[in-house]
Amino acid sequence: MLGLDRKDFTLVLIIALVALLAPFLLNFWPTESGMAQFNAGYPALMQRFAIYGIFAIGFNILFGLTGYLSFGHAAFLGVGSYSAVWMFKLLSMNVLPGIFLAIIVSGLFALVIGYVSLRRSGIYFSILTLAFAQMSFNLAYSVLTPLTNGETGLQTTLNDPRILGASRTAEGGIPVPSLFGLEMNATSIWKIGGWEFQFNVGYYFAAALMVLTFYLSIRLFRSPFGLMLRAIKTNQTRMSYTGLSSRPYTLAAFVISGMYAGLAGALLACMDPLAGAERMQWTASGEVVIMSILGGAGTLLGPILGAGVIKYLENIFSKINEGVLHGWFDFLPEVVKEPLVWLFARFTGEGWSLTLGLIFMIVVIFLPGGLMEGARRIGDLFRKRGKPSDDDKEHHPKPAAHVAE
Amino acid sequence: MDAIILQILNGLDKGSAYALIALGLTLIFGTLGVVNFAHGALFMIGAFCAVTLNRLFSLSFEVVDPTKLDFLGNPAKIKTAYVEAWFGQDFGAAIIDWSVPLAILFSIPVMLAIGFAMERGLIKHFYKRPHADQILVTFGLAIVLQEIIKYFYGANPIPTPAPSAFTGSFDFGAMLGFDVGQIIYPYWRMVYFAFSLVVIGAVFAFLRFTTFGMVVRAGMADRETVGLLGINIDRRFTIMFGIAASVAGMAGVMYAPINSPNYHMGMDFLVLSFVVVVVGGMGSLAGAVLAGFLLGILQSFASMNEIKSLLPGIDQIIIYLIAIVILLTRPRGLMGRKGVMED
Repeated sequence: MLGLDRKDFTLVLIIALVALLAPFLLNFWPTESGMAQFNAGYPALMQRFAIYGIFAIGFNILFGLTGYLSFGHAAFLGVGSYSAVWMFKLLSMNVLPGIFLAIIVSGLFALVIGYVSLRRSGIYFSILTLAFAQMSFNLAYSVLTPLTNGETGLQTTLNDPRILGASRTAEGGIPVPSLFGLEMNATSIWKIGGWEFQFNVGYYFAAALMVLTFYLSIRLFRSPFGLMLRAIKTNQTRMSYTGLSSRPYTLAAFVISGMYAGLAGALLACMDPLAGAERMQWTASGEVVIMSILGGAGTLLGPILGAGVIKYLENIFSKINEGVLHGWFDFLPEVVKEPLVWLFARFTGEGWSLTLGLIFMIVVIFLPGGLMEGARRIGDLFRKRGKPSDDDKEHHPKPAAHVAE
Repeated sequence: MDAIILQILNGLDKGSAYALIALGLTLIFGTLGVVNFAHGALFMIGAFCAVTLNRLFSLSFEVVDPTKLDFLGNPAKIKTAYVEAWFGQDFGAAIIDWSVPLAILFSIPVMLAIGFAMERGLIKHFYKRPHADQILVTFGLAIVLQEIIKYFYGANPIPTPAPSAFTGSFDFGAMLGFDVGQIIYPYWRMVYFAFSLVVIGAVFAFLRFTTFGMVVRAGMADRETVGLLGINIDRRFTIMFGIAASVAGMAGVMYAPINSPNYHMGMDFLVLSFVVVVVGGMGSLAGAVLAGFLLGILQSFASMNEIKSLLPGIDQIIIYLIAIVILLTRPRGLMGRKGVMED
């Protein structure tokens, strides 16, 4: 169906269902209970799941399939955000033109950067993309201030022209990004029992786009084009011996993933019409790398999973402060409690970056295949009791790590 | 002419830092074949060694002196640093004053220990893994080290003064026969430059003239053969990792008075140092040093007002631009050997 076989179609369907029901599924505990802070079912966080899901899906098309590790993908995210906010300022608060422009601009940007960077591979490619991203970041802060508004960040104001819309609302405020009148921050709240479910327009818009981009990425994975990209990862030399030039394929993958990042950036701007240069910083590029790796680079579901886990942990960990920890460990005697609270406080609240760094290391050291690989290994454990695995070492040689060497 | 000399001088101190970090990166890459994204963090830890020693020396105790009154009329409390109490007023004050240069002695064992621990505990397991994995794991380590420093020292830069003998600047132009006041150069930056030359010279001499260095160079060329000759090359490479770490650490210690250390200074330097390594030629020690100074000087030229008005923003991106041009036209870098890491 829709050009997918049954298994893939079910996967898309499941993703769509999960995205649809996320406000229910992610509200694990009643609103009044002490565990409510672990709920993820509120709009701001769910929007991030969907948006960073798109970002990671796009990154995975490049890194997962071709093995080219880009360390500068945040540049496209930033460019997408800036383009969208400019559309909000000049044209109207309708999100579609903004998203459209963001995808085009980031695609062109990726074309230029990709054309240059893809002449090299391996670490040189990583360093080139890093250099380009840092360059964009520095320029956004300095010379391009008229375009980016420097350190303050680009935002909508009351004096923007907005040719097709109004400069200000009837009440005199700044209009909110909307989809043909449906405001992005509109939320309807259902109260059922102790639970409070929030249905947010912005989230559903982003989630719909995420499902769409996920569908496109499955089609891409299964297409002959996707096969070519895998061939590049497996053995580029052999591919060129068969008379195929890998450059157009990698460039196409780079541009596609850049457009995904631009879309994600535009969506970030739709949810909150503000674009700052810090979105382009290389730590942001590192974040999407770890999302893909944590989920499992090269797998379909991995990046979404990784983005969800990282964003969830970020939100939860940043929220826990020493007061909360004291509450948790209250049942313990003072002697044990204080050191425990001290220890946990290092990793939570302000210490989230430390936790992120540790996750980075632990995943790369122990689980290079990511969560999907972990799930497969656990699955294998159960299956092995039945029949021996049918791994054919001869016909499935390990991919040569050409890109990295 | 004097403006050119001034810019060259201005570029030297940054260039020295780039050169020292890039030298360590190249050493690690050449010996172990590992791309170390945590090298900037080692530089940062070095700078915090200076901060630590400065604080240790400044530790003091308070004595209430009933004969003197402070401005509120209470008995005055007089703070005395322990070192002043132990070694006498003058000598103690001198120790505090000279804490940054003394921190070099302090940083070497610290950085060697950190380097050994890092190599044995983590990097060792990544020799055979793809470079992408090495980049990621050391990137994670850099974040962790950075956060640990942030916990202990806070997020704000900590001013760490140079010895008072080296504060202030001297008129370099007058020495060369230009007008007085044309080329003013701070003493400490001159010291930094001289220091970096000494360290670079020492590393090169160590590799060139000692048996140990010879074995290491042989190992860089062909690790397997050296291993087959019955030499424990892994152990020597571990030591080289420690040396690279302490070179970065010393660079950090001496840099502390130029820029007050903060926890993310390593990251800021790391990206540029990688660019330096690539421009110089991956695996070429001389190339790393040359490119370090070159890029530092070019950067300072690009930040001249005349050039900035011609090409706005060029000072922000010059290094990256050069790296891009070099990578595209001469992939092996300025002094890279043919066929080594060209692809």
